[in-house]
Amino acid sequence: MAEKRARPLSPHLQVYKWGPHMTVSILNRMMGVGLATVGTLVLVWWLMALASGEETYKGFMACVTGCYYFGYVVAIGLTFAFFFHLCAGVRHFVMDAGAGFELDANKLWAWMTLIIAALLTAGTWLIVLGKAL
Amino acid sequence: MSTELGRVRGLGSAKEGAHHWWTQRVTAVGNLLLVLWFVISLLRLPSMDYAVVISWLAAPLPAVLMALLVINVCWHFRLGLQVVIEDYVHGGSRIIALGLLHIWTFGMGAFALYAIFKIAFTGTH
Repeated sequence: MAEKRARPLSPHLQVYKWGPHMTVSILNRMMGVGLATVGTLVLVWWLMALASGEETYKGFMACVTGCYYFGYVVAIGLTFAFFFHLCAGVRHFVMDAGAGFELDANKLWAWMTLIIAALLTAGTWLIVLGKAL
Repeated sequence: MSTELGRVRGLGSAKEGAHHWWTQRVTAVGNLLLVLWFVISLLRLPSMDYAVVISWLAAPLPAVLMALLVINVCWHFRLGLQVVIEDYVHGGSRIIALGLLHIWTFGMGAFALYAIFKIAFTGTH
């Protein structure tokens, strides 16, 4: 077998000037992985606790709402991950159609993805906290 | 002999064309609708107390939509995480990672569906 030689590689991240589209791209991937692992685990835990009866469900709720707000941090994080993945996904639909690649438009909607996701998360939790008061 | 278009439509060397990519988009639209419905439904509940949530989930429409949500979400992340693994994990570990992803997808899906159907069939609405 021929000796393995290092193959020439195409230019990667380090040669490009940073832009918000890069941040949104890798965040979208990370949020997807987070939703698939942590999000799925919490959803299944919640459903199984519900299916196991009132005592188990009370234990679940105590665990989620206790623990020094850790549950809220996870829940707010998952809410943001969902809305961000949603917004970035919609942005991808537009780009799949061949639109939004002009530099200014691309930069604007990359930032808007982050901003809209943050606003939707804040709105959702304002409703939750508003009901708790 | 086949035309250029015929070759593109069917099938490159992997014989599956853009099926993976397309299914990712189709399940993305499904998730957009189903998970938004789920979030809004939870926000509309008067509280997250046991009786309230069970009474909501035991009704026919929420139970069926939740089952669809679970199937669609699992399908979507099965495709998405496969691409992530293929990008970052190489060699033998890739096969193990893809195997674990398979177990995670079907395992979590099975638990979720069991819970939903148990509540739907035994819960009081």
